[in-house]
Amino acid sequence: MLVPYAGVALMIAVAIALAAVFLLGSIYLGPRAPNPVKSEPWECGTVSVGSVRRRFSVRFYLIALLFVVFDVEIVFLFPWAVLARELGWAGFSAMAVFVAVLGLGLAYVWKRGALEWE
Amino acid sequence: MPSWWWLLIEVLVKVVLVLVPLLTVAALLTWDERKQSALMQDRLGPNRANIGPFTLWGLIHPIADTLKLFFKEDIVPDRADKLLHALAPILALAPSLIVYCVIPFGPAVQIPGIGRPIALQVADLDAGLLFIFAISSLAVFGVALAGWASNNKFSLLGALRASAQMFSYEIVLGLAAVGVIVVFGSVRMSELVARQATPLWGGLPSWGILVQPLGFVLFMVAALAELKRSPFDVPEGESEIVAGFWTEYSGMRWGMFYVAEFVEVSVLSGLLVALFFGGYHIPGVDPGWALTGHTVAIPFTSHGLAIAGWGWGLLMMLAFGLKVIVGDVVLQQIRWTFPRFRYDQVMSLGWKMLLPLALLNVLVTGAIVIR
Repeated sequence: MLVPYAGVALMIAVAIALAAVFLLGSIYLGPRAPNPVKSEPWECGTVSVGSVRRRFSVRFYLIALLFVVFDVEIVFLFPWAVLARELGWAGFSAMAVFVAVLGLGLAYVWKRGALEWE
Repeated sequence: MPSWWWLLIEVLVKVVLVLVPLLTVAALLTWDERKQSALMQDRLGPNRANIGPFTLWGLIHPIADTLKLFFKEDIVPDRADKLLHALAPILALAPSLIVYCVIPFGPAVQIPGIGRPIALQVADLDAGLLFIFAISSLAVFGVALAGWASNNKFSLLGALRASAQMFSYEIVLGLAAVGVIVVFGSVRMSELVARQATPLWGGLPSWGILVQPLGFVLFMVAALAELKRSPFDVPEGESEIVAGFWTEYSGMRWGMFYVAEFVEVSVLSGLLVALFFGGYHIPGVDPGWALTGHTVAIPFTSHGLAIAGWGWGLLMMLAFGLKVIVGDVVLQQIRWTFPRFRYDQVMSLGWKMLLPLALLNVLVTGAIVIR
């Protein structure tokens, strides 16, 4: 049934409209007094040196990768969770093997030092 | 009038019924944040803004702040990506508001004069909890875009920290919720709440916090980290990276991030109430007494919920609101009590402590439930 999604659609429309009103209000109601110093990137009053678009720690990328793996795991857990009682021990053991494999994955990642921040 | 027209009116009324209190409470929370911190730090807090002789304990400040923010200069730095810089605050504010449409703020009620029962919930989705996770994770885009579009080193660092932190704790958040789903056997929010009314033992209701204590702690900590507020406020750690991802924001654009933060506090509180504190149920009141007992399939919105008279419905709505506000105040207290973690501590807490615990919680809960 798609009808409950009418509420979602309306909520999304109202929320985005509200946010847009905030933004447009800010753009049109405020005064404008631009000057070159004000438009500089804010770096505690010192002159900005170099570009922002440079390399950053690979750890952030690693975390993003790990997130994908584990988040997909949770998505697979949801259907089992809803039907845990009906599926009984058969379902539980299958799920336990699945979680164990991912637990091993976590242990491996941990051992290789991907979770260390120095 | 055709029935879809009535449906539209019903949904519109419910959207207003959710958004107006939500934004009012968010405004009040900005006041509460300053008053509560003032109380803890032995200060007076805001007390100057007035209308004539009335200061109302500083309650005029949220109104004055809103007006002030609208009439402040909206500075967009030269090097910023103009479009994304404008899009980011919308992406931060809108999802936090949208999430509330699946949280039930009252039972299904029978209102005199209206033929069919009305569920006090904007949208009763059969995948409600999944919807919450899907929408709330959109908030990462707002933060990441804000940091990227600002073209400022502090912003970028803040956005990177925030994204990695929100990713990490989203996993724990999801796994903690799996435990609750196993116990109550549903992802539909109205069912999750309804099932918490069944007695556990000794007159206690089977609230989530009683049947999933570890799940509650995990969910609470993960949600605090998702909020990016102290003790998890490394993304905007002002002593290290100015203001993190919102360094280059001013005026109401900044205000949108600020409002979003407080709306998120209420969203988190509402989610905690719905999943772990019995939702709209009033403790000590036998649900059989309040509800008419027979379940009715509610057209358009729900599949069989116990319905209540409108008086009880009103009372339960108030109970829900009260619980959410108590939750808000507790979360504010936590925010002002604990010092900030170091970033490596945040990450190792999430991945090395909470994640294994959450996996364990799922397995143990599953084993107990199936037994």
